[in-house]
Amino acid sequence: MSDIKNAILDYIKNEYLEEEDEDDIDFDTPLISGGIVDSFSMVSLKVFLEVTYKIQLPDSKATPEAFDSVNNIYELLNEFNVQ
Amino acid sequence: MAFQDNIRDIFKKELNGIRDDGIFKAERIICAPQSSEIEVEFPAGSGKKNVINMCANNYLGLSSHPDVIKAAHQGLDHRGYGMSSVRFICGTQDIHKELEGKLTKFLGTEDTILFPSCMDANAGVFEAILSDEDIMIADRLVHASIVDGMRLCKAQRDTYKHSNMVHLEEKLKLHQKARLKVIITDGSFSMDGDLAKLDKIVELAEKYGAMVFLDDSHASGFIGKTGRGTQEYCDVVGKIDIITTTLGKALGGASGGCVSGRKEIVELCRQKARPYLFSNTIPPVVVSGAIKVLDIISKTTERRDKLEKNTIFWRKSLTEAGFIIKDGETPIVPVMLFNAKLSQDIAKDLYDDGIYAVGFFFPVVPKGQARIRTQLSAAHDIFHLEKALDAFVKAGKKYDILGKSKKEIIERYGD
Repeated sequence: MSDIKNAILDYIKNEYLEEEDEDDIDFDTPLISGGIVDSFSMVSLKVFLEVTYKIQLPDSKATPEAFDSVNNIYELLNEFNVQ
Repeated sequence: MAFQDNIRDIFKKELNGIRDDGIFKAERIICAPQSSEIEVEFPAGSGKKNVINMCANNYLGLSSHPDVIKAAHQGLDHRGYGMSSVRFICGTQDIHKELEGKLTKFLGTEDTILFPSCMDANAGVFEAILSDEDIMIADRLVHASIVDGMRLCKAQRDTYKHSNMVHLEEKLKLHQKARLKVIITDGSFSMDGDLAKLDKIVELAEKYGAMVFLDDSHASGFIGKTGRGTQEYCDVVGKIDIITTTLGKALGGASGGCVSGRKEIVELCRQKARPYLFSNTIPPVVVSGAIKVLDIISKTTERRDKLEKNTIFWRKSLTEAGFIIKDGETPIVPVMLFNAKLSQDIAKDLYDDGIYAVGFFFPVVPKGQARIRTQLSAAHDIFHLEKALDAFVKAGKKYDILGKSKKEIIERYGD
């Protein structure tokens, strides 16, 4: 469980945070509502999840709410039997 | 009547939510032609006030130029008011083709197609030329109209960190198997005023066999030695596959946009781009004005040169006064205040002192990056800018931010 969460967290740090960003993020940090990931660039996260876990996330599932924290994303992956 | 109270309440609730979030937009009523000095009524119903305009996209000061107005009158007299048809039925005049030809020549491309706006050009072009076998890779700060256009297209989407070429290359490698790859960027980014690294982007595109899409709306007419835009500034004229730009900013400021680039892409837009197919194009009066604009700026660089001088003066003056501005060379000069309320308070003080500039904050810009965006024009004279500077310095002293670092401003006002 924590391996998957850590992999997602690492991806988000590399993909969305700049070197000068001081704030650290954890599994509960609000990503979309917290302004770290905007709804447009969220698509990169979707591509990462689909490629890494070999799943297809329909747009109806890839919502800002479902992507709003690492924990939320992990719950979403569970629905696709990624554990 | 179907629009009963319960229905009205749904909309009222949403509007109240926008007000509660502090992002409700109120229109300022301008009671004069667009210029460096305008008469404004704000809030609506209050008295009219003369202000120096620091927030228009009137970069070359051509919005109310007498020769452009004269040409527009002639267009009205000789080609009428409206077309009452889409282009491919009976909505194409000789002057539409003339304007497309002049834009092609000005931008150094193979062909051009007009759209009712650049918003429409961006909304229509991707869907017209790409399929689900293709990938669009966009800079994260591209204009909202590009975001909409990408969402309307079946091709896969990905993004790269703003102007980060290492990240872009990673994405090009990741999507190497796609049939067509398009790198998508603005030329000049409208909120930060920085320029795309177009020479590096072209280099990567050539390395990975990708196409380059450029929205040069905030650059066409004044960036580059002769105003041909970011592609001229970065010395890649002729290497950009798709350029969209607007006639609604520097190029007369009325309305209209275009897709210019490889002839096959332009032709596909004529066949398939929905905003082109299903709406009237630019009216004759605007086409005639735009032709005159291109004639003026093709003949002399006087106006873009004056704009460049104004930009240098304004950036230097603000920096010397102790403000933090976003680095760059464009006439979009964001004065960084970091705190949303501070940006609104200072914008109000400036307006009271006769300077019209707008404060932007989240979600228009990232959290903690609130700012007042100032925009220069060739219609500004140095005395306009000196007056604006006086008002900025007065506000800067009032809020004690001059010479202060980002950290100090955030410590005092929050982010």
